[in-house]
Amino acid sequence: MKKIIKYVVLDILRNRIVLAYTLFLLVISLSVFNLEDNAAKGLLSLLNIILIIVPLISIIFSTIYVYNSTEFIELLVSQPVKRTGLLLSIFTGLAVSLLLAFLVGAGLPILIYSASAAGFMMIAVGLALTLVFVSLAVLASVITRDKAKGIGVSILLWFYFSLIYDGIILFILFQFSDYPMEKVTIGFSSLNPIDLGRIMILLKLDIAAMMGYTGAVFKDFFGGFWGILYALLVMLLWVLIPVWLTVRKFNRKDL
Amino acid sequence: MIIATNVNKSFGRLKALDNVSLTCNKGQSISLIGPNGSGKTTFIKCLLGMVVPDNGFITFNNKNIAHDWAYRAHIGYMPQTGRFPDNMRIAQVFDMMKDIRKDSATGLDEDLITAFGLDKILDKRMRTLSGGTRQKVGASLAFLFNPNVLILDEPTAGLDPVSSEILKEKIISQKQNGKLILITSHILSDLEDITTEIIYLQEGKLKFHKSLQQLKEDTGEEKLTRAIAHVMKLNLHP
Repeated sequence: MKKIIKYVVLDILRNRIVLAYTLFLLVISLSVFNLEDNAAKGLLSLLNIILIIVPLISIIFSTIYVYNSTEFIELLVSQPVKRTGLLLSIFTGLAVSLLLAFLVGAGLPILIYSASAAGFMMIAVGLALTLVFVSLAVLASVITRDKAKGIGVSILLWFYFSLIYDGIILFILFQFSDYPMEKVTIGFSSLNPIDLGRIMILLKLDIAAMMGYTGAVFKDFFGGFWGILYALLVMLLWVLIPVWLTVRKFNRKDL
Repeated sequence: MIIATNVNKSFGRLKALDNVSLTCNKGQSISLIGPNGSGKTTFIKCLLGMVVPDNGFITFNNKNIAHDWAYRAHIGYMPQTGRFPDNMRIAQVFDMMKDIRKDSATGLDEDLITAFGLDKILDKRMRTLSGGTRQKVGASLAFLFNPNVLILDEPTAGLDPVSSEILKEKIISQKQNGKLILITSHILSDLEDITTEIIYLQEGKLKFHKSLQQLKEDTGEEKLTRAIAHVMKLNLHP
């Protein structure tokens, strides 16, 4: 499996998109931190950019990459290689390259300008979101045979998690505004990794006080050690469940 | 060596393999023959685990291949169309395969690489190669690891006459080494001197599995080409 990961990572490095992504993140993070005189403000501006860009690039790049390695996959399934191992190697190769890109592009500037609890939380969330969206991408590209359809599914997934989901939640909260919804919103936040990441970072930025009673409930729940552990576990499930589904599907796929 | 029992496979409504049961033994050289879309490639892909049969099972050396992968170390496979990662060089493809199959290789057989002249263009990228050259890469890869079983899907389609002859000689020499060889081809004249057994598939059903001698006697024809033509006519107008 190690050998296949090596070939996947080498192949990704060769096509330079990941390099461009790293530079892009680097330029954005550096300019945001230099524009704001206050590092916390800079972090807040960076938050929104990262929550949009990291999932988008991770899911689109990974989907296209998996489709483009159709020949590679076809070549290797006829060889003495375990199918599960092959798929996990491709996933790991993608994840490693994108995680590295995020660490260098956004992690380094954050560590330099704002090595606070909030900064570390932002790095952790960025890494977790990268993993989640790579695994969603692999799932989307294995279940749909058609390339255009697969990329469409990926874009829709990203659209859903970053925009549509919030709209639905707002709608529900307004409809049920007469009822105590604070506890329920914790449940809702677990259903969307981007929201969960946003909450985790905001809580570290001490602006949760501005979010009213719900913010207090979040602070109470996610603020402590168990809250962070819970968030970590939910993120882990968001990675593992799609990967598990993909492996199951891929093992029965006709190539 | 390879035993398939009641293998079924459907793609949607199309039945690609319909209750196919076969036995292939060491030292045989088997031709899979049948019209287009008769399930030859599907059957081969089932043997390799690339296509998962709906039901029925296939054993390789008495072991079910369903959840196994190690058995593929004994197989050299040349696909119908050589599809390789576009931005790899020929040398990189060979190196990668050697790297991945390192443990299973019992001496490398690089004859075909030199015979086809691939060693002179090792730094060309796969996307720049013509269809025929890709076929040559595929053939060289199939023979590279000295496998006990060779599965060749239309090996000579797209090859020029010289290369085609080189490949045929290679196949015959491997046959004499007592390896199991499975070939599909529509160029029956190519199969004439290679094959010892004929498997005839039609619409996913196994029509017969006979030795070449038997087939010639049954049809009363001297040449394989004529014998198969005879069979096809019979099947079309019974």
